[in-house]
Amino acid sequence: MRTTRKSSRPRGRTAAVAITAVAALGVSLLAGCSKDSDEPAKAGGSEGDGKGKITLTVGTFGVFGYKQAGLYEEYEKANPNITIKENVIERNDAYYPQLLTHLAAGSGLSDIQAIEVGNINEIVSTQAAKFEDLSKAAGVEKSNYLDWKWAQASTSDGKTIGLGTDIGPMAICYRTDLFKKAGLPTDRAEVGKLWAGDWSKYLDAGKTYTENAPKGTTFLDSSAGLYQAISNSASERYYDSSGKVIYKTSPSVKEAWDLAMEATTGKMTAKLKLFDKAWDQGFANGRFASLPCPSWMLGYIQEKAGDAGKGKWDVAAAPKPANWGGSFVGVPSAGKNKEEAVKLAAWLTAPAQQAKVFAKQASFPSAPGAYDLPEVKDAKHEYFNNAPIGQIFADAAKSIPTLVIGPKDQQIYTAITDVGILQVEQQGKSPAQGWAAAEKEIDNALDQ
Amino acid sequence: MASEISDMTAVTAPPSEGGAAPRGGSGRPRDARDERRGRWRSRRYRWDVKAMPYAFVSPFFLFFAAFGLFPLIYTGWSSFYRVELTNLDAREFVGFHNYTRLLEDEFFWNALKNTFTIGVISTVPQLLIALGLAHLLNYKLRGSTFFRVAMLTPYATSVAAATLVFTLMFGTDYGMINWALEHLGFSHHIDWRAGTWSSQIAVSSIVIWRWTGYNTLIYLAAMQAVPHDLYESAALDGASRWQQFRHVTIPMLRPTILFTIVVSTIGATQLFGEPFLFGGPGGEKGGSSHQFQTLGLYLYEQGWTNYHLGRASAIAWAMFLLLLLIAAANGLVARWLRKNHEG
Repeated sequence: MRTTRKSSRPRGRTAAVAITAVAALGVSLLAGCSKDSDEPAKAGGSEGDGKGKITLTVGTFGVFGYKQAGLYEEYEKANPNITIKENVIERNDAYYPQLLTHLAAGSGLSDIQAIEVGNINEIVSTQAAKFEDLSKAAGVEKSNYLDWKWAQASTSDGKTIGLGTDIGPMAICYRTDLFKKAGLPTDRAEVGKLWAGDWSKYLDAGKTYTENAPKGTTFLDSSAGLYQAISNSASERYYDSSGKVIYKTSPSVKEAWDLAMEATTGKMTAKLKLFDKAWDQGFANGRFASLPCPSWMLGYIQEKAGDAGKGKWDVAAAPKPANWGGSFVGVPSAGKNKEEAVKLAAWLTAPAQQAKVFAKQASFPSAPGAYDLPEVKDAKHEYFNNAPIGQIFADAAKSIPTLVIGPKDQQIYTAITDVGILQVEQQGKSPAQGWAAAEKEIDNALDQ
Repeated sequence: MASEISDMTAVTAPPSEGGAAPRGGSGRPRDARDERRGRWRSRRYRWDVKAMPYAFVSPFFLFFAAFGLFPLIYTGWSSFYRVELTNLDAREFVGFHNYTRLLEDEFFWNALKNTFTIGVISTVPQLLIALGLAHLLNYKLRGSTFFRVAMLTPYATSVAAATLVFTLMFGTDYGMINWALEHLGFSHHIDWRAGTWSSQIAVSSIVIWRWTGYNTLIYLAAMQAVPHDLYESAALDGASRWQQFRHVTIPMLRPTILFTIVVSTIGATQLFGEPFLFGGPGGEKGGSSHQFQTLGLYLYEQGWTNYHLGRASAIAWAMFLLLLLIAAANGLVARWLRKNHEG
């Protein structure tokens, strides 16, 4: 008893000391950590320095082109008390989860946050309370934006949390040299007439092409892009207007799926996966003759097809107008300079500024007022045989239907293209098997 | 703090059991001060000796607590909730639902199976090749340092860079491997990523390429620690090179081999980067039939593509428990081997 007590006392003491030392070190370390994490948050948040000077931060993913088009500088010049900083994350799949966690925490947010169209419904239906209502804000005019674009960022009770930046009206990009060899017309007006109004006519052209195809080439890159284009040209797809999931019975999904399967089983596609390395190589090697292309894809095609494809590509109108991609900017309510942020957001998305971004970055404006401005109206794309892309895409944009989007559009779409379609295209499964696999995948993704 | 209190009790109340030496009373203040000063000094010395090591190792444990233990516990806690990334405020306690759901989840079992098969076809050849290479490097070679450094280069390459190159090599239309196969007379292009075995072999080849050199160096170090007289006496007994390798090298390397098996198994269970990048865009699905989706990818898909954080947490804990099981099994095998060897 005695010995144990004697020996236990010093040990107790040293243990206590050790714990104190460890704790002290820990506190200082943690303090170091929190300081580190505070600093970027400070830089990211907004701050006034007492003289009425305000720093506004804009959080975006990828290249929005505001900086590149000199818009920040222009705004700073017109408003000397404002400094603008941009926080960019390269990809939306990294940007969006971070935005969600920041919204939940109410900190770390930029004054203006960009939102991709694939996420806008989820934000509208679950996070609307954390964003400013822009519908009645000073300087915002609803008539500036396309109706369907405005509607996508509005809640059912009329709150609008995002202003449209760019959109992705679709056309068909095609190789004139390959079309010529396969006996198809090459002039963009004639090519557009070939399939005007009906996606199945596009596949009829595909049949003609496939019968006379130059060796080693196909009519299309993949069925997935075709499926995306067709399903986007409807007004209901995966959800109905009440928010119910209807993809299993939706006629537009069925039409898109059936045509995609027709293209696959008719051997019209190169069986590639969009944005894959092999897809890029397909452009470079002239592996396929056409693909549905939203406006933002032109730059991508030019980069990937490179000099070898110069003068060979052209752009024709799509069978039906549809939209693929685009973004919004919203103002989180947790910000300190909400008023100034709203003003900046409205200014950045006004027709004149959207036209400037288009001229620099080819992000197509969601403000129809911009379509009559010379930057858009007279825009021609040199790489695509000087196609009047401003006109082609503006015509498409004006008649795009208001597509109902739902919170899990992205997951449903990916399951259908990356599981359903690819199983049929690359693994030789039957369309029925592919569809069943996609359904199972979607059930697993939607189930909470 | 604790010591002060014990001092005070010592002064004010004599210890009931007389454990401590008698302390100076109020009559002799100077002696008491000296004694106290001496005690303080020795105590400081004792702290220095006993506490400093703790202080020095503490950074690791603090970082581990912040970045290892806390996430681990938090993940475990989250796994009992239905929580969506899109609505973090609305979490709902669901008990073991996330775990029972995994048991019926064919995607989970598929991922588990893939993790196992990819683990086997990457680890087994990897360790065998490493053993062979180490044996060769153990001979007297010209430029042995060069070879040893060369061995380690793949290990120093980033997963992303390596996988990118391998993905291009395994390309269907323009890949180098299909091109080479074509020259060997196989006219049919293999779509490496689409097939189950072909994709798993491709992923494993990246793992093998990256980790063989690392294991080789570990084996080599162990081989160089084997005493030379063992080989000499084996040679005197007429053992061939092969017999020496089998009956001297391998038994001496047993603990090292066990170590590499444990490390490789842990790595294989957590395999993520190679299949993720090999899959191209949307790589977390691990192919259109999930034919090379590992547990790590399934966890990522559920958490960061489908935003089911509770389910993802349950998968993470399932992986953790799996690793504990594997570690236990390894321990048992090791003990059995030792016993067998000694007995």
